[in-house]
Amino acid sequence: MNNESILRDPTAETSPALRARLQPPASLNGLTVALLDIGKARGDEYVDRLQELLAARGISWRRYKKPTNTRTAPVELLQQIARECQVAVIALSD
Amino acid sequence: MDSARFALFVKQDCQTCTLLVPVFERMRESLPDLAIYVQDDPRFLSSAGAAYDKTLEKSFRADIEITPTLIRMTGQSETGRVCGWVRDEWRNITGIAKLGQDLPAYSPGCGSKTRQPGVWERLVAQFGDSQLKSRPIQIDEWDDPIEACFDRGWSDGLPVVPPTDERILRMLSGTNRRPDETIGLVPPDLAECTVEKVAINAVMAGCKPEYMPVVLAALEAALDPLFTMHGLLCTTCFSGPIVIVNGPITRAINMNWGINALGQGNRANATIGRALQLIIRNVGGGRPGEIDRATLGQPGKYTFCFAEDETDPAWEPLSVSRGIPSGRSAVTLFQGDGIQGFVDQKSRAPEELTRSLAMALTAVSHPKQAQTANAILILSPEHYSIFRDAGWDRTRITKELHAALLRPGRDLIVGAHGVGEGIPASRAEEMVPKFWDDGLLIVRAGGSAGMFSAICAGWTGGRARGQTKPITKEIRL
Repeated sequence: MNNESILRDPTAETSPALRARLQPPASLNGLTVALLDIGKARGDEYVDRLQELLAARGISWRRYKKPTNTRTAPVELLQQIARECQVAVIALSD
Repeated sequence: MDSARFALFVKQDCQTCTLLVPVFERMRESLPDLAIYVQDDPRFLSSAGAAYDKTLEKSFRADIEITPTLIRMTGQSETGRVCGWVRDEWRNITGIAKLGQDLPAYSPGCGSKTRQPGVWERLVAQFGDSQLKSRPIQIDEWDDPIEACFDRGWSDGLPVVPPTDERILRMLSGTNRRPDETIGLVPPDLAECTVEKVAINAVMAGCKPEYMPVVLAALEAALDPLFTMHGLLCTTCFSGPIVIVNGPITRAINMNWGINALGQGNRANATIGRALQLIIRNVGGGRPGEIDRATLGQPGKYTFCFAEDETDPAWEPLSVSRGIPSGRSAVTLFQGDGIQGFVDQKSRAPEELTRSLAMALTAVSHPKQAQTANAILILSPEHYSIFRDAGWDRTRITKELHAALLRPGRDLIVGAHGVGEGIPASRAEEMVPKFWDDGLLIVRAGGSAGMFSAICAGWTGGRARGQTKPITKEIRL
């Protein structure tokens, strides 16, 4: 734990205090979508269905799987996804 | 009527407090409502029922400056306070007639732990009202605050010091200017920048509080319309603000003008320039790839700040040459690029060295360009000594360099010598100066060994003479 959990904003405060999320792309045309199965039960069914839907629309996809849902994704896997894809779906289907 | 209550604040690491142990024990016997607070050692006076003021909250809230301090409360009101040992006053406030009769009449005590360097600001941040106006950003207590600063885009790429209230309050102690005073509108967003925002970014840059006057003056210079900070930021050229500091403050804050003056290793040089860049980034919104469109940039855009060597009384400091009275501190901001090294180990006469320097200075922007950019010449001690020994001062060196930098236009025009770059063909018959009259700044810096000087090319925006200029501002202390 740290004792520095409240910081003061160094900016002109023109943007929200919460960290801004990346805007999703306007279109998936020409992009490759990563489909990451995080390893929980039936996650693969959900990713299978997404794959079908993407394929039906002619959108490129690649499948990835975390070794276990009990840990965060290995850095090597995240770097591989970043190299090969522009968009990622991290699927959970509990 | 309410009976009196007493609060006593002591430190084990205080000779007066240890001297007064018999007094405290006597008070413990006679005063039923006495609270003793020890600031530094839980064992001290523990047999007398002392409480350990580990967080110093009790001491902070009682505004203790000296140990020992004895406070008498009646109801909710403070009805007496003695700081240090003044026997008659202690007897008077406690009503114990013979208190400390074996002790000297006076012993001054020590500074309270709450007043040790850096402690007060931490206590204000923790228990008081910091009165800071900037938006608090709550991060998870398990997050690394340095990583959180990166995630929010507040960094120039290097780790920043997390801007906590205690650090900001310490930084603000470095200036007499009010935290809510507006310094100006920072481009490109033209966002209002207060002294408090300057302090926050100075914390992040790693500044010490005593650098604040320099950072504030540098920002004032950057916001002068003639400095054209917006254009300098958004240019595709290499340039950024170069900060040159003159005057007594350079010695007061231990700036470097000697060995490796333009390099790494000096906290003031490194962090003052960085603070200015972080203000432009964070307050102004000037981020690379967005408004900052530099084709290549240069490492000086992290930070580029140094002091001038003023150790030779014969040398007129840059600030004085630009109108600041001698003996005052000042910053000069120059729109410039990185270092072009100048190596001449053979010229020994001032005329030789002048011609040699002129050859190198023609390379600013491009050898065939003229009056397109200003330049700084940073003269090393060994090169300077050639001029000094010949009796040449700043004015003479500047004049001789300008004369040596006059070139026939026919050599510089577009296409001449088979090179497309160049000045308009219409100037072929002129003798063309390389720089405008006021476009060559000379600064002294560097270690005593080495016949190596440096040239910093100016921004090509300098061609619009009168529209954009280096700016010098006095530092308000």
